[in-house]
Amino acid sequence: MTAAGNLLSIFKREFKVYFISPIAYIVIAIFLILTGWFFFSTFFLYNQAEMRDFFSLLPLIFSFIVPTVTMRLFSEEFTVGSYEILVTLPVTFRDIILGKFLAAVAFVAIMLLPTLSYTISVAFLGELDWGPVIGGYIGAVLLGASFSAVGVFASSLTKNQIIAFIVGMIICMTLTLIDKLLFFLPESLLGFLQYSGAGYHFQNVARGILDSRDLLYFASLIFIALFGAHLIIMERR
Amino acid sequence: MIEISNLTKYYGDLCALDQISLTIEKGNILGLLGPNGAGKTTALRILTGYLSATEGTVTAKGLSVEKDTLEIKKLMGYLPESAPLYQNMLVFDYLNYVADIRGLGTEQKGERIRELSRICGLDEVMHRSIHELSKGYKQRVGLAHAMMSDPEILVLDEPTSGLDPNQIVEIRDIIKEIGKEKTVILSTHILSEVEATCDRVVIINQGKIVADGSTQELKKSSTSEYSLNLVLQGAEEREVREKLAAVGGVTGVEKTAADDGAPIFTLKCDTYRDIRGEIYRAVKQTDWVLLEYKQEAKSLEKIFRELTKEN
Repeated sequence: MTAAGNLLSIFKREFKVYFISPIAYIVIAIFLILTGWFFFSTFFLYNQAEMRDFFSLLPLIFSFIVPTVTMRLFSEEFTVGSYEILVTLPVTFRDIILGKFLAAVAFVAIMLLPTLSYTISVAFLGELDWGPVIGGYIGAVLLGASFSAVGVFASSLTKNQIIAFIVGMIICMTLTLIDKLLFFLPESLLGFLQYSGAGYHFQNVARGILDSRDLLYFASLIFIALFGAHLIIMERR
Repeated sequence: MIEISNLTKYYGDLCALDQISLTIEKGNILGLLGPNGAGKTTALRILTGYLSATEGTVTAKGLSVEKDTLEIKKLMGYLPESAPLYQNMLVFDYLNYVADIRGLGTEQKGERIRELSRICGLDEVMHRSIHELSKGYKQRVGLAHAMMSDPEILVLDEPTSGLDPNQIVEIRDIIKEIGKEKTVILSTHILSEVEATCDRVVIINQGKIVADGSTQELKKSSTSEYSLNLVLQGAEEREVREKLAAVGGVTGVEKTAADDGAPIFTLKCDTYRDIRGEIYRAVKQTDWVLLEYKQEAKSLEKIFRELTKEN
């Protein structure tokens, strides 16, 4: 079969497996409870029909939700030993990594779907500016994809899922908060750090402005993380 | 078919394989024997491209495992030790997934899965989750997985472990059948299995090949003596000694008593000759009654122990 066929087979299997175990439903439930609570608890105080609060919290929530989604991707296979079977099937490492990565991205997208109901509710309550909402969702998918790539990398490091989760979460948190944590640094350095943070780029996209610089940032982050995973996996041999 | 030369593998400082060279012909069933930790699994893992060698090369059909990994993997079906399958998939879904990756077409796929299900006896468990299966069934699913694409080279790491005796016989028959046209490499530490299935045996100890040949050849080349046990009614020890020690190849006679009191004479023999006829003729000349004739099998087990003894 073609390489694309193998990629698709791996993607389909990984994606299906998410929904076989109860973990998927638990993760989605936690995500919805968190976002719902944080969003609606202050929503009525501001009396404004907008989704900005929802999207401003998203990077932080994603920082620890997405690693729970990705932690099993490689670690579980290392523990069970099925990794040996996977690698000795006629598939390339690239297909394996991309297949797993895309399955995680698809899962994150599915997880975001129910939050559209927030948007619809808000649209009923007032005049909603759709630009930032559409931008926000595009940003959310890009951010989710980037964090998934980071999670795939973290999972490729260890056969312990907990460690994979913590490593993934630390990297994602750092990317989200780097510019906010290091505010005491000189202005010039701060600019660079801000630019290297995922939170900053996400907020740009979430304002409804699709700038090639932000897109390039996310693409680079995904590429670097997946390439890192590729190196790690090659090294395992 | 498969050419292994100077294969060496280090895990850190630990040397798992030390300069192994081996040529495997097409249509051979090769048994890899060795005590635990001898390097059997490591050798198979390098062969299938799961691990990379520290030194040395492996080629199959002229393709290098290191460079043409994907092509090699298409040629091979591999069952790792204890069949580490995806736990939370249904057997059917799993085989379907393997068939997809192996590039079987939609029609071919259903047919092949049905065929393998029949061969490996999976009909009853087709729609059960893999983690619910017993070890034997998991092993069967693993075999079906390895045979999915009808590969030219089948690599099996302890294929019959965890199976019941009936199933072991069945699986051996399957392996023998496949071995007529394809190349099969299996590792095991069940010696009777090697005798029953393999055309050729390679014994590895501490990362080195210590013996290589058919089971017959191995037995011949072994220097160990063997013995014959005869139960002879009405025979005097002195007489027996006289008559039978004269038979060429017999190096000693000893008398022991059996449980029922009948005397057992143990003849020590050297390795090469078949002296059954001569013994028979020698006994026929007397009026002894030969109640039992037992040749202690110069077993592979003995050879194996000799070659892999810790020293």
